[in-house]
Amino acid sequence: MKNKKRYERPIIKQLNTGLMNKFGTRTEYMPVTHIDGVPVKKLIEDYGSPVFVLSERKIRENFKSAKRIFETRYPKVQFAWSYKTNYLNAVCNVYHQEGSWAEVVSIFEYKKAIQNGVSPNKILFNGPDKTNEDLILAIKNDSPIHIDHLDELYRLIELADEMHKKPRVAIRVNMDTGVYPMWDRFGFNYENGQAWDAINKIMASNKLNLIGLHCHIGTYMLAPYAYGVAANKMADLALGIKKRFNKSITYIDMGGGFASKNTLKGAAQIGADIVPEISQFAEAISTSLLNAGFETDDLPYLYLETGRALIDDAGFLLGSVISNKRLSDGRRAVIMDFGVNILFTSFWYNHKISPAQKFSHYTEDCVLYGPLCMNIDVVRENISLPPLQSGDRVVVHHVGAYNITQSMQFIALRPAVVMIDMEGTPHIIKSSETVDDVEKNERMPKHLESFKL
Amino acid sequence: MKIRNNVALSDSGFLFNPSSGDSYSLNETGLFIVHCLQNNKSEDEIIKEVTKEYMIEKGSFEKDFYDFKKLMESFNLID
Ligand SMILES: Cc1ncc(COP(=O)(O)O)c(C=O)c1O
Repeated sequence: MKNKKRYERPIIKQLNTGLMNKFGTRTEYMPVTHIDGVPVKKLIEDYGSPVFVLSERKIRENFKSAKRIFETRYPKVQFAWSYKTNYLNAVCNVYHQEGSWAEVVSIFEYKKAIQNGVSPNKILFNGPDKTNEDLILAIKNDSPIHIDHLDELYRLIELADEMHKKPRVAIRVNMDTGVYPMWDRFGFNYENGQAWDAINKIMASNKLNLIGLHCHIGTYMLAPYAYGVAANKMADLALGIKKRFNKSITYIDMGGGFASKNTLKGAAQIGADIVPEISQFAEAISTSLLNAGFETDDLPYLYLETGRALIDDAGFLLGSVISNKRLSDGRRAVIMDFGVNILFTSFWYNHKISPAQKFSHYTEDCVLYGPLCMNIDVVRENISLPPLQSGDRVVVHHVGAYNITQSMQFIALRPAVVMIDMEGTPHIIKSSETVDDVEKNERMPKHLESFKL
Repeated sequence: MKIRNNVALSDSGFLFNPSSGDSYSLNETGLFIVHCLQNNKSEDEIIKEVTKEYMIEKGSFEKDFYDFKKLMESFNLID
């Protein structure tokens, strides 16, 4: 019997006269059959579909590169890994091994960092919601506490008084950097004097040790100049503190926010083409700080809480096609086994998606749906893909940031997460969820235990 | 199911309909089917030919074939 050819769903596509081309419209996509040398097919066979895959190599490369970029431009740099971006312990520990501290925004994240073994004085405690209990723990541990609002400031002064300990604090500053919307709901405003007011209160109390200034001007920022403006304003505060109180602050924390190479919905160009390089952000920040007028021996440390730009492209979601159908308006719809439940960022990104097997150069415009019984479950509203059939596999790119931490156990259980190590060996770093995992915290009142149908 | 007889087809899968002036592109499987249609093959014969030539089960192909037929109809390429 002769060998049969690989089958592809028959397609006929009307050619747009303006772009007439007898070869049809060529897809820009290439099949992605391997991740760090491991076949996609094997990853799915071994760990199920869908499955998140992280590249340890890429994480380390990204980190080393960003560190080098900043350190060649500014002499005192310290990164702190933004736990919310991806707080799987294995991921955090890669960053900690690379020398990164921890940046947390809740007591939950704070405890995770402690359990990972980060020394508490290297955990930057951000966020608007710190209870007295949380603050007491952080004060005992000597963790830098980043004050978000006046209520927190007053509570800290009281606690410091009761505990006879001088907490190490920074204030979070918000400001106009020329980028809108302005993130002014967190911290104290620079322009209207709130920041100075907070600084004066801290210094007057004599109960708190003001060691730093913190800002986080936004996320997925595309404008390096905004960081230059922000760094200027932060430096101005630091120099003002020196002048007024003869106090040198230890660090200026510029937060996170550098855009990753994803494509925002509605963007005219794809992310990879318009997103600034980290070096552009580094240049803007270091130029501002170095030219601000600090004495050479009094230059503050530059802290960075970079999240998405360090991990987005190190994360992949592998999934499979469940089915495809034609919608009433004629569009082709492909139903995948992953949806917005585990790919939260598809609400704002047009994720790049590659088939994981060979295909011809024919493509179809289609809608990509997830498996949830919900109208909102749209992974891509419009994407040009080769004809996919049930069982075909795809790779979703740039999903390392904010998907695993924001994934929802809604309708379906959450999938396993695998990390491929430097030698190309995959390791499960989070098992797929089971019904027992989900029900662990449920309790059944006695009178509801049984029923007859 | 019969394809309009004035439709022009190239080996690379480029299809031109002179009555409307519209042109289309076909992938390999699509081209295979259109060839069969031009040779006056019946639907059953086409299903047999395709499943003989390609790695695909009859059941799965029928679904795709039906969809393809609907598209050809909507483009006014078959009567
Ligand atoms: C205080 C703080 N630091 C750092 C980050 C990390 O931001 P990104 O992932 O955009 O770099 C965030 C995220 O919103 C944040 O709120």
